[in-house]
Amino acid sequence: MADTIQLEIVTPDRMIVSDAAQEIQIPGKSGYLGILPGHAPLITEIAVGEITYRSGNETKHIAVAWGFAEVLPEKVTILAETAERAADIDVARAQAAKERAEARLKQGGADLDYRREEDALKRAQTRIDVAAKK
Amino acid sequence: MANILDIRRRIRSVKNTRQITKAMKMVSAAKLRRAQERALAGRPYAQMLTNVLKSLVQRAEIYSPETREPLHPLLVRRPEKSITLIVVSGDKGLAGAFNTNIVKAAARFIESKRGKNIDIEAVGRKGRDYFRRRYKVMRPKAQEQNGDGSTRAAEIQIVGEQVGVLNKIAFDHARELANAVIERYTRGEADAVYIIFNEFKSVISQRVVVDTVLPIGEIGVHEIQQAEEFSEEARRRAAEAAVHSGVGLREADTSEADKKAASFAASQVDYIYEQPAGELFRDLLPKYVAIQVYRALLESVAAEHAARMTAMESATNNASDMIDDLTLAMNRVRQAKITKEIIEIVSGAAAL
Repeated sequence: MADTIQLEIVTPDRMIVSDAAQEIQIPGKSGYLGILPGHAPLITEIAVGEITYRSGNETKHIAVAWGFAEVLPEKVTILAETAERAADIDVARAQAAKERAEARLKQGGADLDYRREEDALKRAQTRIDVAAKK
Repeated sequence: MANILDIRRRIRSVKNTRQITKAMKMVSAAKLRRAQERALAGRPYAQMLTNVLKSLVQRAEIYSPETREPLHPLLVRRPEKSITLIVVSGDKGLAGAFNTNIVKAAARFIESKRGKNIDIEAVGRKGRDYFRRRYKVMRPKAQEQNGDGSTRAAEIQIVGEQVGVLNKIAFDHARELANAVIERYTRGEADAVYIIFNEFKSVISQRVVVDTVLPIGEIGVHEIQQAEEFSEEARRRAAEAAVHSGVGLREADTSEADKKAASFAASQVDYIYEQPAGELFRDLLPKYVAIQVYRALLESVAAEHAARMTAMESATNNASDMIDDLTLAMNRVRQAKITKEIIEIVSGAAAL
C-alpha cells in the first residue's frame, strides 16, 4: 500500500490544492475525520472548519466553509465553496467580519437571522485560527 | 471646397479616436482572456457537483414511492403563474449589440409569458436601466399601499438589481442571487425561475439563451427555453477581431479535466455515507443552483468583453478607413490649389 494519499481541493474558482499527504484531517459535518492512505471509500459533507494535512515534514492548514468530500483509498477529493490556505487569509478582513457578526448578535432584534450570523462568526473565527497557524 | 487646415484637423481628431478604440480593444482582449480562464477554472467544480448529484439521485429517495411526486421542493413542478427572471447584461456600453441582444431577448421572453406575474432580477447596469424605464420597482411597502393584500407593484416588476459587480464577480454574488431565488421559489412567490444571459463557449460559439434555473428537471441537463444564435456576420467579425487581438478561437481542450471530474464520487465501490443520501442531496441542490448562476455570470462577462473587443475592432477599422478617405480628400484639395497657382502664374506670364 502506498504511504501517501492524494489530496485535491476544488473551489468554484480553481483547484487550490493538489498534493500528496501522509495524513489528512477533515471537518466532517458529524465531526472531524482522520484519513490515512487506504481509507475505505466514503462520502461526507464538510462543515465550517479546518483541513489539516501532513505532506513530508510540513503540516498545512486550510480553512473551509461548507464542502463535500469523496474519500477513496488512494485519493481524497474535496469540493469546497470557499477554501483558503493559511497564508492566503486576509486576517484583517476576517477580524472585521467577526466583529460585525458579534455586534449584530449582541444587538439582537426581531429580524436578526441568528443562524446566519452565527455561521458568519464561525467562519471568521476559523479563518483567524487557521491564519495563526501558518 | 473644404480647406486643408480643416481636413487636417479632422484627421488628427479621428486618429486620436482610433488610438482610444485600439487601446480599448487591447484591454478587452486581455480581460476576455482572463474571463475565459476563470470560466474554465470553474468547470471542474461544476462538473463534480453535477456528478455527485447524479449519483445521489439513484441512491436517495427523491421521489415519493406512491405518488411519484418529487420530495424535494426545488424539484416540484407547479403550474406557472409567477415567474422570476434573472437578466444578466453588462455594466458598461460600447460593446456593440451585446446589451441590446440581451434586452431584446428578455423582452421577447416576457412577451411570450404575457398574463403571468414576472419578477425581474437585473444584473448589470445596462439591463437594469432598460427595465427601470419600462417597469416598476417593487416597493417593500407595496402591501400597505395597494390595500388589497397584494404585494406586487405591477404585473411585471423589478425585485432586485445588482449593479457594478460584474467586473469583480465572485462566487458569493452567485450564491446570494441563487439563495434569493430559491427562497422565492420555496415560499411560492415564483413557480419558475429563468435566467437569460449570453452563453459563451468560445469567441465564435455564442448565443443568447433563456435557461431554466428552477424547478430543477434532470440534473446536468439544461432546459433551454429560448435561444438566439449569433448571426454569421457577427461571428465572422468576432473571429476576425479575436485573430487580430491574439485571442484563441477554439474552446480550450478540457477533455482530460472533464474525464477526471466525471469520475468524482462515481466509482464503482460501496461508499460509506456519513450522512444519509437524502440529506446530502438536499444540502447539495442549492449549491447546484448557485453554480448554474455562477456559470451564467462568468460566461456573460466573457461574452461582454468579446463583444466589446469586436466592436472596438470595427471602430478602429472604420477610423482607419475614414483617415484614408480624408487623406485622399486633403491631397486632392492641395493638388487643386497647386494647379490653380500654376495656372495663375502661367497665365500671368502669358499676359506679359
